[in-house]
Amino acid sequence: MAGGKPTGSALPLHLDLDAVLDDPQTRIVVCCGAGGVGKTTAAAAMAVRAAERGRRTVVLTIDPAKRLAQSLGLQHLDNTPRAVAGIETAAGGSLDAMMLDMKRTFDEIVLAHAEPRRARQILTNPFYVSLSSSFAGTQEYMAMEKLGQLHATGQWDLIVVDTPPSRSALDFLDAPSRLGSFLDGRLIRTFLVPAKAGGRLYRRIVTTGFGVATGAMTRLLGGRLLQDVQTFVAALDTMFGGFRERAEQTYQLLQAPGTAFLVVAMPEDDALREAAYFVDRLATEKMPLAGLVLNQMHTVDAGPGSAGVGTADVRGSGTLSAERALAAAETLDALPEHELTAGLLRLYADRVAAAARDRRLADRFISTHPAVAVAQAPAQPVDVCDLPSLRDFAAALTAGRQ
Amino acid sequence: MSDWEGVRLHVVSGKGGTGKTTVAAALALALAVEGRRVLLAEVEGRQGIARLFDTAPLDYTERKLTAGPRGGDVYGLAIDPEQALREYFTLYYHLGPAGRLLERLGAIDFATTVAPGLRDVLLTGKAYEAARRRTRSGYAYHAVVLDGPPTGRITRFLNVNTEVAGLAKVGPVHNQAQSIVRFVKSPRTAVHLTTLLADMPVQETADGIADLRAAGLQVGAVMVNQVRAPLLAPAGLREAASGRLEPDTVAAGLATAGLDPAPGLVATLRRQAEDHAARIDLESRERAIVAELGRPVYELPLLADGVDLAGLYELALALRDQGAA
Repeated sequence: MAGGKPTGSALPLHLDLDAVLDDPQTRIVVCCGAGGVGKTTAAAAMAVRAAERGRRTVVLTIDPAKRLAQSLGLQHLDNTPRAVAGIETAAGGSLDAMMLDMKRTFDEIVLAHAEPRRARQILTNPFYVSLSSSFAGTQEYMAMEKLGQLHATGQWDLIVVDTPPSRSALDFLDAPSRLGSFLDGRLIRTFLVPAKAGGRLYRRIVTTGFGVATGAMTRLLGGRLLQDVQTFVAALDTMFGGFRERAEQTYQLLQAPGTAFLVVAMPEDDALREAAYFVDRLATEKMPLAGLVLNQMHTVDAGPGSAGVGTADVRGSGTLSAERALAAAETLDALPEHELTAGLLRLYADRVAAAARDRRLADRFISTHPAVAVAQAPAQPVDVCDLPSLRDFAAALTAGRQ
Repeated sequence: MSDWEGVRLHVVSGKGGTGKTTVAAALALALAVEGRRVLLAEVEGRQGIARLFDTAPLDYTERKLTAGPRGGDVYGLAIDPEQALREYFTLYYHLGPAGRLLERLGAIDFATTVAPGLRDVLLTGKAYEAARRRTRSGYAYHAVVLDGPPTGRITRFLNVNTEVAGLAKVGPVHNQAQSIVRFVKSPRTAVHLTTLLADMPVQETADGIADLRAAGLQVGAVMVNQVRAPLLAPAGLREAASGRLEPDTVAAGLATAGLDPAPGLVATLRRQAEDHAARIDLESRERAIVAELGRPVYELPLLADGVDLAGLYELALALRDQGAA
């Protein structure tokens, strides 16, 4: 290329996804981003591609809507990774997929870390039953736990993780520190006081306050629930250390160079704002960001040998602007025999406008985050929901510089 | 006459990316008939409403956002679990000093960030309070529209009080939870689901309806968002769908309009038409599935210039015309 600065739209750093997936140093790929941007599909597509390029891969999804199950044509994903049928294994790779069952994951931790009598006590505690199965938020803790478990088995070269559809996807990152602050918090010690013989000194110190606080809580919640919570916390106390330790290990694992975060977005204000927030937050947490996956970019010419995503340049005809196309369509409106061409020109103008809008939004992100590498995929006319379309989607994402 | 006469709490959910917040805002505007006040509330701390109405971030004070196209007033509220908990302590349980002590011990932190689920109790509790609040002249709000969590979490969110009522078997928390459960399961609450005419959002809507019904919650309407009219006439769509668009016909049209009928341009136009036809075909199949869901269906047009206040008014009037408000 001759020198000279690019004019017009910003040229982002190119995110070479194949290089990320092929690198044996890459052990974990985390897909994050706002809901509905194609995060799950991107995770599945990356996993399929990595597997078919020779890596022993497992993809972990946490989404209760079973979208990954649909994407992979699997109906029953449970808490155990299962082989995905139809994967090309000639390159020596394989693909397993699993969906997080948060209650089962929680139960397994209890069983693994408490003596049998204690474990039974915990598993049948009403507060535990609610906490482990019904309450939002437990998912994030359990997702971290499961990721750590999969990694610890050493069974796979690469783990691709789809993050929970949290109110904020950042809950995933916050889980360990929140757990830590909870365990070290004064409230939990308050709960533990009556259940612990050794709490006498502490009890004397806080005794007045404690009486008032538990009194208030008893009034609010009823004595029975308070007792359930106390029993639960006391029983869990023995395994808390291990709990937090593993959460912290997983957190460090995410910070390690073997992890690659992919922020998934599509060209819409909300999705890009969330993506920007994510990029900044990952930097703050010193988490290794591989780049941005920009999904569903409208294109004008996405055919074979296309000049690229979002360009309005039509090969062989110079550039036809949306305005000229619309004006031409109006000219043709008076001629019934050219109704079809008029329609085609309106469609063209609509596509050019959509591509230009997407390009503008993407450029705004790129210019404010010049250090973030970007991979782009064109909008698909139909839904990506089977293995061949996942392959195509991955191929589009990894197809050269744009 | 609205399809939802008597509904005091409208909860709007939907798969991520389907435009829940936009639809909730349009519904609030549509319900705000002259002389009425409608509250539009969000629970996820995203400030989506403030962004949509291009106004300063919302907080726990209910603030007038706009007068709707039908002459009523729409108020906005961002429900914050921490504030909701403080309000509970003082307003409902008269805890006073004990409440402050709980706060010092980290109870507020615990309830709003650590203890999963308690957050949802506080958020649903506040929506319940606003929907039933009375002034001397009647209800404070004609209706409350809640921009709720996405479909994957909505049933658990609304049902959290059933869980709580089962855990706290006596006492004020139990009673409060019971009243909320009765309210959200009654015909005074309706849960609307937003979708796009695409495979995964429609599938998720069907699953969501089944989940809501199984939990005894009232499913409202299916709101089909971002609907676009076909840009080609039926004959053209058929030809495009079967790949039979005549290049010569297209080229002749281009030449007539004074454009260069270059093969590259003709090929681009044909390919776009084929993609468009495939999309329209997919959409009509999804529309048929939506119709089978057995709920009222409202369609909202795609706003070509993005969502702004004028666009929201347009959507609100479309909802009114279809009987949603």
